[in-house]
Amino acid sequence: MPEAKRSVGWMGLHRGHRARPLEWIAEKSIFLISLSAIVLVFLIFLFVAREALPVFLGQTDSSHVQEIIPASQMDKLSPEKLREYLGLTAEEFASKDRETLKLLMEVREEGAQEAPQDKDAKINTTKWRYILKPYQWSNYKEPEYIWQPVSAVPKYNIIPLLIGTLKTTLVALLFAVPLGLGAAIYVSQLAKPRMREVVKPCIEMLSGIPSVVLGFFALIVMASVLQSIFGYASRLNAFVAGAALALAVIPVIFSIAEDALTSVPRSYVQAALAVGSTKWQAAWQIVLPAAMPGVFAAIVLGFGRAIGETMIVLMASGNASIMSWSIFDSTRTVTTTIAAELAETVVGGHHYRMLFMIGVLLFAVTFVSNLVGDVVMHRVKARLEGKAK
Amino acid sequence: MNATTFSLRRTKFDWASFLFTGLTGAATWLILAILLVILGNIAINGSAHFNWRFLTGGTERDMFSVQNAGVLPMIVGTTARVILMTIFVVPVGVITAIYLTEYAHNTSIFTRIIRGAVNNLAGVPSIVFGLFGLGFFINYVGRNIDSLLYSHGAEPIWGKPAILWASLTLAVMTLPVVIVATEESLRAIPQGLREASLALGATKLETIRKIVFPQALPGIMTGAILAIGRAAGEVAPILFTGAAYYMAHLPKSPTDQFMDLGYHVFILSTQSPNIDQTRPLLYSTVLTLLILTFALNIVAVVIRGRMRANMRALH
Repeated sequence: MPEAKRSVGWMGLHRGHRARPLEWIAEKSIFLISLSAIVLVFLIFLFVAREALPVFLGQTDSSHVQEIIPASQMDKLSPEKLREYLGLTAEEFASKDRETLKLLMEVREEGAQEAPQDKDAKINTTKWRYILKPYQWSNYKEPEYIWQPVSAVPKYNIIPLLIGTLKTTLVALLFAVPLGLGAAIYVSQLAKPRMREVVKPCIEMLSGIPSVVLGFFALIVMASVLQSIFGYASRLNAFVAGAALALAVIPVIFSIAEDALTSVPRSYVQAALAVGSTKWQAAWQIVLPAAMPGVFAAIVLGFGRAIGETMIVLMASGNASIMSWSIFDSTRTVTTTIAAELAETVVGGHHYRMLFMIGVLLFAVTFVSNLVGDVVMHRVKARLEGKAK
Repeated sequence: MNATTFSLRRTKFDWASFLFTGLTGAATWLILAILLVILGNIAINGSAHFNWRFLTGGTERDMFSVQNAGVLPMIVGTTARVILMTIFVVPVGVITAIYLTEYAHNTSIFTRIIRGAVNNLAGVPSIVFGLFGLGFFINYVGRNIDSLLYSHGAEPIWGKPAILWASLTLAVMTLPVVIVATEESLRAIPQGLREASLALGATKLETIRKIVFPQALPGIMTGAILAIGRAAGEVAPILFTGAAYYMAHLPKSPTDQFMDLGYHVFILSTQSPNIDQTRPLLYSTVLTLLILTFALNIVAVVIRGRMRANMRALH
């Protein structure tokens, strides 16, 4: 009976009143709506993975030359087999007469003759062997890792993309970790309190700049300046992209690290100063070790931000999927590949499915890094607050 | 303060301390300098071409022409998509925050799962939201609506990129922003107000509706504005869910595509036939986008500041 339902327990208070039926319904709806965040995370994974599923199950086939059945043998096939061979749905199959079906079979036969006379044309390049391992394509001297979805034989090796992602992310962290962390230590421990009131809004402002604007700035201004300083050959490369990416990562690292450093009880520092240490000794030897898990969380979450950023890298990396470890080569990452190629794919085609597949990988990596960062951050907070009492 | 005088009295100069303070200070100042350079560069180069004709002009004649092209279609498109997004995200975000602060037990596993999901949603890469928007809203929801309403094989109405799908995708992305901001404002309300209301015989829901909610309104607004500021500049989630490279007319219905300010910045910087010639156009478009997002952020900060001052007075 809904009328009998008592609203119990309000933040430790038990002054229940009989909830009216309408209120009971309203309260249940509030509860249901609050589940939307869980549902959404679930849906995101489900629907990105759903489009990629055929790749994981090995149901996609990119080979040009498939098994060909001569049109003359049409009558020997069962209707179900014929339908499968022509790739029609049951509805489409039923609506077509015998002549049309025969015509379709002949078209299929001709298509096979026109397919590239290349031994590679027979390969289903969406198999994991071709996605992960190098392969010696015809006209190549040695086995290579190649991502080249728009060519006679689509090549889907994701290793160049992973290396590109790794390069830009590492360059970004190389800049962002020292700068973000240094600023966090300075603002929270060494500078005058007034400094904090200047720096914090500025960092918030930096994080408020849309990533497309940072990408624009990297492309138009930073690329030329950095090229004239370092004198490398290609104007847009992993280094420029990483440097611009650092601008997006610094606010993440700064605010989380600063938060962790400030939550270290003030008494720790006061005790250190009282026994004669300098301010920096207190910061380096007392505060930083105490806040270390928080600092670690800041770096992990910064990594998650860097690996998932799209527009900055799309505009500043040069977008060539070259297999190279040099940070001064033009490069292409997982996110930019999706952004640049998805618009031109056929919905449901193997290229489309492949892009969703790397999207799933990206989601999985950021999911794990967010989870790790989050858990660590909560632990350190709980521990420090416990100790402060 | 005594500590500083103490260290000054030391006979040996502490090089490590000097170096450490200097380096971390330099990092701080470097970040501020970079911010200043970016904003200064855009403000100086952007203001030259930033005028009324540019703001109210369209792209009918030539979207790359410095003399003729304007940004009105993009401002309209971006505004439309963030307004629609706000309508979707604010109710859901506010209700979730009310549940989390007013009803949920903080220690229960369930609450922790909701919080984990919210945090996780905040960390999903924006391009993955784009994939989700395409895979779920357009290819699943939209296509199913089409096949229900219209005959088979007709031109898709719902199952294609549109403002509606772009706004829904952005709403999913900004949900954590609204939840976190609303929660903060709900927690700032003194417990005594709730207790007083309950003591007078109000039910829990009445207390939320008449006491808690009005007090939290500024915080809810802050959350909405922060979400808008975040969404206004995002490009990756709308690449496949609604943004158009070029449109001859303004969008007329939620199922139309739209031109977008952020996407236009991307187009002007990467697809321009002559980047040196179109540079003034590009810079002023960037300036427009920056002004839009910063204005929203500043409004949010001001409201939040006032709210905090009010709360301090109440406590």
